[in-house]
Formats: sequence, structure tokens, C-alpha cells
Amino acid sequence: MKNSIKRYRSFLSVLTGLIVLTLINREVGLKALSVTAYSFKEMVTVIPPIFLLLGLLDVWVPRETMVKYMGEGSGLKGILLALFIGSAAAGPLYGAFPIAAVFMKKGVSFKNVLIFIGAWSTTKIPMFLFEMASLGAKFAVTRLLIDIPGIIIIAYVLSKIIPQNEVKVLYEKAAASE
Amino acid sequence: MNIALYIITFILLIISYSKDKKKTKTAVKKAWKAFENILPEFLVVILLVGILLAVINPQLISKIIGANSGWFGVILASIIGSITLIPGFIAFPTAALLLKGGAGYMQIGAFISTLMMVGIVTLPVEIKYFGKRTTYMRNILAFIFSLFVAGIIGWVVTIL
Repeated sequence: MKNSIKRYRSFLSVLTGLIVLTLINREVGLKALSVTAYSFKEMVTVIPPIFLLLGLLDVWVPRETMVKYMGEGSGLKGILLALFIGSAAAGPLYGAFPIAAVFMKKGVSFKNVLIFIGAWSTTKIPMFLFEMASLGAKFAVTRLLIDIPGIIIIAYVLSKIIPQNEVKVLYEKAAASE
Repeated sequence: MNIALYIITFILLIISYSKDKKKTKTAVKKAWKAFENILPEFLVVILLVGILLAVINPQLISKIIGANSGWFGVILASIIGSITLIPGFIAFPTAALLLKGGAGYMQIGAFISTLMMVGIVTLPVEIKYFGKRTTYMRNILAFIFSLFVAGIIGWVVTIL
């Protein structure tokens, strides 16, 4: 109980802040609450299947398979798979991080984990169609064409500048989580 | 879109259950544990997004990042995009409205790119899985990259 209060400490303080804001300025406070309710709805509708898929992935896909297709030395195949899985995803970016942790646990290379995060953040296929409809093909296609190499370059740079021992710690942490 | 995700998940769960009940139970337990583990951070993100979107005013944004605001407007648009987190199906129509309201393509490019790639409110979630150094570096690189994206979009829109 004490532990869970500690874990939800930040949440409780932001919630208190929102209540105080509502008392000071009712209009802004209520607007914030309605946006929060909207995001909450998004979370409870999109997040459950993502976590269930993550559980199934963890239980059914052997580490060797993941290493073979997306681990160190998986080359172009690994990069393309990471790009594809990230782009086929649905849901907000914060849903990608727990999946990235399972990828680490299963031995996916750090570079490919980062490519997956990059693709999830910005080249999602359903979003791309929506972007074309709202902002025009010129805008959406240009962005997509720069983003694909951009994501790969950022992942390469990050995997080079983050010290090996730090990456090792992240992988150990991911492996320790149930 | 959500429906497709649910259908796929449901089918995979049924296949999994018919092959191995025990494994499927473990998978569901793992899913719940992973979710409960990150729930406090998720809730903080959701509240912060609500407060931010209530405080920010679209008319003001379109004025600040107008077509003549140049790189100053691009930087401002990038900062706004980095702080906010808006679901895509709201972000794109909003961006289209901002364009109509006088915002420039280059600035909107910066806004959309940072909105998707840089996440200041999601930092606590990201740090939990990736540690501080990777998280900060990823966000900084994504920010710089978004400026580059803005430049290219501005160029393409004027050339083509």
C-alpha cells in the first residue's frame, strides 16, 4: 500500500494541481479535464491489445528467433523488420516503450530497437494516410521520404554514442523484468 | 483501425489458448504486470496533456508560427511540438486549420515532426525503459532532425 502511494505520487500531485487549476479558473480546468478524459479513453481502448500482444510475443516467440531476425548481425533484414513492425503499429508513442523492453529481453539489437521506436513515433501507416488527407500528398510524402533514412541515421548515431556498458545495463534490466 | 488491432489480438489469443492454456495464462499475466508497472507514468502523461492543451490557444499559435516567421517561427513551432502530445487524428486536422489560419508550411513541418518524434511529457515513461542518457540524446537528435525536416518541406513546397 505504502509502496503504491509512492509509485502514484507524481500522478497524485499533478491531479492536485489540476484540481487547484479548476478552482482558480473553472473554464480552463474543465477543458483540461475533458481532454484528459479523451486521452484516458484512448489509453483504455488502444493500450490493452498492445500489452496482450506483448505478453504473447514474450511467451511464444523464442529468443533465438528474435536474435536471428533482429539481433546483432541481422543486417538489412533486421532494419526492415524493425521499420515495418513500428510502422504497422497503432497507438501513442508511450505504448512503444514496453514493447521495446520485450525486444531487448529477446535479444533484438539496440540499433533495431531504436529504429522500431523511431518508426512507431513517425511513420505509422494509418497516420500517413490521414496526414495525406489533411495536409496534402506533397507534405506527407516528403516527410515520409526524409523520415525513413532519418530514423535509421538517428538509431545508428545513438547506438554509437551510448556507451556499451550502459546499453548492457538496460538489457539486463529488461531481462530481469517479468 | 482499433477494431483491426482487437481482431488480430483476439485471434492470436484464441490460437494461443487452443495450443497451450498455461502459456496463454502466463502471457495475459505478463501483459497485466507490464501494464501495471507503467500505469503511474501513463496517468501523469495523460493529465499533463490535458492541462497543456487546455492552456494553449490555436489562434495564438497560428499567429506566432506564421508563414513569414522564418526560422524563428520554425524553432518556436518545434518547441510547441516537443512539449505537446496530441493524437495524430486530432493533430493533422489541427495543423490543416493552422495552415489556413496563416501558419507556414515550414513551421507546420517542424510542429508535426517534433510532435511525433520528440516527447517531453513522455520523458518519465521513456526514461523508465531507456535510461536518462539514451532518452535525452534521442529527443535532442529528433529535435535537430525535425528542423532539417522543416527546411526540406519548406523547400519542396516552394519548388514544386
